[in-house]
Amino acid sequence: MTKATDLPSHGADVTADHENHHDEHEHHIPKGVMRWILTTNHKDIGTLYLWFSFIMFLTGGAMAMVIRAELFQPGLQIVEPDFFNQMTTVHGLIMVFGAVMPAFVGLANWLVPMMIGAPDMALPRMNNWSFWILPFAFTILLASLFTEGGGPNFGWTFYAPLSTTYSNDSTALFVFSVHIMGISSIMGAINVIVTIFNMRAPGMTWMKMPLFVWTWLITAFLLIAVMPVLAGAVTMVLTDKFFGTSFFDAAGGGDPVMFQHIFWFFGHPEVYIMILPAFGIISHIVPTFARKPLFGYASMVYATASIALLSFVVWAHHMFTTGMPVYMEMFFMFATMLISVPTGVKVFNWVATMWRGSMTFEVPMLFALAFIVLFTIGGLSGLMLAITPVDFQYHDTYFVVAHFHYVLVTGAIFSIMAAVYYWLPKWTGKMFNVGLAKAHFWCSLISVNVLFFPMHFVGLAGMPRRIPDYSLQFADYNQWISIGGFAFGLSQLIFLVVVIQACRKQGEPVSDRVWEGANGLEWEIPSPAPYHTFETPPVVK
Amino acid sequence: MQQSQSYEKYYVPAQSPWPIVGAVALFLIAVGAANVVIESTRDASGYGMHILLLGLAVLLVMIVGWFKNQIDESMAGLYSAQLGRSYRQGMSWFIFSEVMFFAAFFGALLYARTISVPWLGGASNNAMTNEVLWPQFQALWPLVTTPDGTQTQAMGPAGLPTINTVILLISSVTLHFAHVGLEKGKRKQLTWMLGATILLGCIFLYCQVQEYIHAYNDLGLTLQSGVYGNTFFLLTGFHGMHVTLGTIILLVLFFRVLKGHFTPDNHFAFQAGSWYWHFVDVVWVMLFLFVYVL
Repeated sequence: MTKATDLPSHGADVTADHENHHDEHEHHIPKGVMRWILTTNHKDIGTLYLWFSFIMFLTGGAMAMVIRAELFQPGLQIVEPDFFNQMTTVHGLIMVFGAVMPAFVGLANWLVPMMIGAPDMALPRMNNWSFWILPFAFTILLASLFTEGGGPNFGWTFYAPLSTTYSNDSTALFVFSVHIMGISSIMGAINVIVTIFNMRAPGMTWMKMPLFVWTWLITAFLLIAVMPVLAGAVTMVLTDKFFGTSFFDAAGGGDPVMFQHIFWFFGHPEVYIMILPAFGIISHIVPTFARKPLFGYASMVYATASIALLSFVVWAHHMFTTGMPVYMEMFFMFATMLISVPTGVKVFNWVATMWRGSMTFEVPMLFALAFIVLFTIGGLSGLMLAITPVDFQYHDTYFVVAHFHYVLVTGAIFSIMAAVYYWLPKWTGKMFNVGLAKAHFWCSLISVNVLFFPMHFVGLAGMPRRIPDYSLQFADYNQWISIGGFAFGLSQLIFLVVVIQACRKQGEPVSDRVWEGANGLEWEIPSPAPYHTFETPPVVK
Repeated sequence: MQQSQSYEKYYVPAQSPWPIVGAVALFLIAVGAANVVIESTRDASGYGMHILLLGLAVLLVMIVGWFKNQIDESMAGLYSAQLGRSYRQGMSWFIFSEVMFFAAFFGALLYARTISVPWLGGASNNAMTNEVLWPQFQALWPLVTTPDGTQTQAMGPAGLPTINTVILLISSVTLHFAHVGLEKGKRKQLTWMLGATILLGCIFLYCQVQEYIHAYNDLGLTLQSGVYGNTFFLLTGFHGMHVTLGTIILLVLFFRVLKGHFTPDNHFAFQAGSWYWHFVDVVWVMLFLFVYVL
């Protein structure tokens, strides 16, 4: 069996002989709950990650609803300030570590082996382990909300001394749950990186790799480099709080600002961990629906690598107001602004890919286009925040909240939704309910802008973040923001319905290629993708 | 087809019970450890220690079961050269993550030495910080008097730390000769050199315990004595934990060697253990330099 096709960006020929494999040995797919608990199959584990991420997305979203309900009107209405703080903290932690990161790891599990023609991930048992410790970690984190004194209330950035001197006992639970999340991320990243280094099909050279694989390779490197630093930071918080050390206490020679340096050395690469795979996804979807190869494949790879390297030298732009010599503020300002160059290259390439393409607007493309526009808005507000003297005004206002929700919700989350709609037919073999999916898109698009765009205005006017009350002049905008928030939250229930329908195999059967313009190894195998793929590697020419 | 001639099958294991056992173990360890921490500082009694020990026991079961499974597969010849490369690359990246973990604490040490302590003493443009907060505070390193007046004595490099450095450096050499012995099929050299490495590791740990006793009893250097003591104990403490783990790994390898495992061209476990040991050594050299000497 030989099929020759083109890979999108570089016109390589692919020979796939996947249909030879079934006589090699018979597989039965295990049944019942134990299939999911004991599995070593990258597709099963990918599915587990994605469902876990979705559940966490709805959980964290419910917390955001509490926040928006409280902020619907000025004054303290619904929850105690301390509980409000717990909601902002756990909302952030869940969305970052429970929703966005596991979703990308789930996509990597499903897609990387299929895209590079590998039989599975390189280390399948460890793959299972790195997933199954996550639900336990989040059980601990969520359970801490019900302990005496309440859960973590110091913001997801857990700045000292809020997390040390002034925190409650559940900080210990928080610290150990973050440790487990870190272990999970590191193992997941090692698995991805080793798979890509060692499991590529013959002929799949570096510069023929699909961009989702490239961006994940670089993401995995970032994860292995910075998650241990986070582990170090929470360890120091633990000893400062419970064992009398003074890393972050000036009375013992330490410095609270040191916490911020260590945290953001992790935290800024973390931001790119949450967006680089999104860049990869968009680089697959845009060429498919523009029916043109990706413009500037090589520059995309180099841009991704430059963003990753620069991400290690920009961390202190989160700390312009917390005490640094002027030359350091200058350095971090310029280094940060430099990142907009490779990011601009990417946006340019996506637009250039669409230029004179024969475009159609299927659901994944709608999300991808929304991503390009709205992520760019988030990127530009980031550029404003990068300017040190300007940041002195914006720091800790809703402008910052608007900025990072544009890059994370309409950036990372929209790209995840685009990816789900793009590859879901390949996974289930059935086309999802397009009408509902379009409803999901338009409801999300409108509500998300009602939700986050006015945050720019109240932020510029000086409304501080993480406070359960605000002064009267912000009331009108905050009501709009809350209405947008509730609408966005409800819109996600449409997504839930679409995905459940698809998982129950409702809908029209799809072809192997699914989308007319789709290219790449994953579109060469049958739909739905068989339980085991590429047991004999294809040859990529 | 041409490629199937040179194609070696990649071993994808069937279902395995060990990861979920390990997940439960980590859950118990985290819950137990958190409760131990809370109980110990609040003088409360609870089940923290029980949960922690149960978790450690489950983890031990998982490690033994998983490794036995792994060793059986390896001895049955199920592994290809490609899988061996996956394991080696995985181990290298794991060690890189460990490097970054230590980097966080070295970073804290360097920050305290070069920024926070001098600033508290009034360096750069912080004269008023010193004047308003702790006017009597003198910036010195090692920080023998903290701004709030906690006193301690510094742990110099002479004596035990130097002896320990020599011990660990020699242990790296003996382990290397053990590896050479394995690759050349000299089993006797392998056994003796590996045994010597384990012995040196144990001596190192013994000396480290003595040093901690000396620090607490004679120098007044404790975990509570300011950022100097903090960085000292966390860096040497985490290093000590790694030496302990490394010694256990080498011990397991030793028994596997006695059982006749490993061949000159199939000994990933030995190589991984050896890499880990050399990594722990390098960390010590950095420690010796930045914590004790400089």
